[in-house]
Amino acid sequence: MSIADKEIRFMERIKAGYKIEATDWMPDEYRKLLLKLIHMHGISEIMGALPEKEWVPKAPTLKRKLAIMAKVQDEMGHGQLLLRVAEDLAAPFGRTREDLVTDVIHGRVKFHNVFHMEAPTWADAGIIGWLVDGAAIINQAALLHTSYGPYARVLKRICAEESFHMQHGESIILTLAGGTDDQRQMLQDALNRWWESLLFFFGPVEVTASAQRMIDYGIRTKTNEELRQQFFTKYVPRIRSLGLEVPDPKLSYDEEAKRWIWTEPDWEKFGRVVKENQGPKSQQRVDLRRFAHEEQQWVREAMLRSRKKTVSMIV
Amino acid sequence: MHGKLVDMVLTNSIDRRALADLLFQLADDELCIGHRDSEWLGLAPDIEEDVAFSSIAQDEVGHATFYYELLAELSDCSADALAFARPANERRNALLTERENGDWAHTIVRHFFYDTFDALRLEALADSEYRPLSEGVAKIRREERYHLLHLHLWFVRLGGAGGEARKRMEFAIDQLWSDVGGLFSWGAWEEELLTKKIIPVSSFELQHRWQERVRPVFAEAGIPWIEDLQQPEKDGRVGEHSPEMDRLLLDLSSVYNLDPAAQW
Repeated sequence: MSIADKEIRFMERIKAGYKIEATDWMPDEYRKLLLKLIHMHGISEIMGALPEKEWVPKAPTLKRKLAIMAKVQDEMGHGQLLLRVAEDLAAPFGRTREDLVTDVIHGRVKFHNVFHMEAPTWADAGIIGWLVDGAAIINQAALLHTSYGPYARVLKRICAEESFHMQHGESIILTLAGGTDDQRQMLQDALNRWWESLLFFFGPVEVTASAQRMIDYGIRTKTNEELRQQFFTKYVPRIRSLGLEVPDPKLSYDEEAKRWIWTEPDWEKFGRVVKENQGPKSQQRVDLRRFAHEEQQWVREAMLRSRKKTVSMIV
Repeated sequence: MHGKLVDMVLTNSIDRRALADLLFQLADDELCIGHRDSEWLGLAPDIEEDVAFSSIAQDEVGHATFYYELLAELSDCSADALAFARPANERRNALLTERENGDWAHTIVRHFFYDTFDALRLEALADSEYRPLSEGVAKIRREERYHLLHLHLWFVRLGGAGGEARKRMEFAIDQLWSDVGGLFSWGAWEEELLTKKIIPVSSFELQHRWQERVRPVFAEAGIPWIEDLQQPEKDGRVGEHSPEMDRLLLDLSSVYNLDPAAQW
């Protein structure tokens, strides 16, 4: 069968709602788009552990300490699951886990804008759980119907865990919102800090060429703007019901058009954050990852040596 | 409520203080080591270990919570206040648990030393006449068994791997050895605790048992055994601590201290 015929059959299977599996034939373009998406998703989970990990040692009650530890652990676990999926996709290109992990250290893979930002107070830890994870759930739930089977299965577990994270964040938020004046102010400040980043998180309004290809391939099914609108519908009423102010004077719901009107973030600024690691915490967090990976290579090497010894003893 | 002995313990102020002191040793040890473990989150040598090590950290803080809750029943303070609001000189953890994290070898050596000690301590406390403690300890021991298996494996593999790993292991052992003796102290109330059978084993015996268990693991890892265990200069069990403890507490309580009266 010629490549062209294979591609036609591949598209027919996708249109008929079949899931593509790791061992199935797939067009290079499909593989590359998926790999880019899942690689970035996996690395974002791992980099996403870092802003919150700053608050693990400082969590203010025993219960909160346990909860935030478990949450950050989940993020690392998601990173691991996603990298396993990406590894299979990357294998035909001769790329390994080592490459996927070190790419972020060398600026060869992007991670979500939100994880380049500062989280200077405990309220930021709450906002990350509530709204960043809330936004992530909306994104990821839309991907549950993706045409790639291994990604869909991993996402099912991730979404289930993320909804716990959202509740963890919400619990912190509710406590602060019902707390002292200082606590409420801390919360409002954190919301102000995160709002623009949250809007950027969903991506540009216009459908880019590669986004359109991902829609064609059934990798994703919704546009950025559809997802952002879902986010507004779900969270704006909740934010307001806590007595917090959304830091966008233009934000309103157009009843006729059935859509939210909102102020666009500074696309260029956040573009630089993501593409050039120019966010306030980008370098520091990349350095932490470099420490974790490069400076501890001796540990992984020792484990390999020790395994060889064990194997040779058994043989 | 918890049997005759507890009633007696609660009515006798000396016994009550002795019991509380023991519970603080357990709670503070577990909180400190769990806190130090949790600082590795996101930074472990590989992603799989990051997930595994975090489970250990969570277990340790979970155990601390159990002990602080027992203490809360004996006092008017909440478990959180006991965990977050006490100054260093009231903390009863051994110095080994408060030390700042070094490299991964330091973490493995410290944790293996501590877990071996903790397993022996829990083994002894399983026979404690203080029932709320002996009952809780049964559950904790099931979890600690897995920690010890994990840490034992790391210790032997890193030690046996030779090269840089072996050098780092030896350096870590050197660094931590002087803190080991401080684990076995039962603090200021050992005699009372022994007489009332709240603890069934003396610190001398505990130390002996620890050496018996750790020595063969050194052999397995190919690391020469060190005979002497010194008495440490500072005894954490009576509230003597290092500057590292002050920094730990500053971090631990930084949010809590913004407003100790507030809900968090």
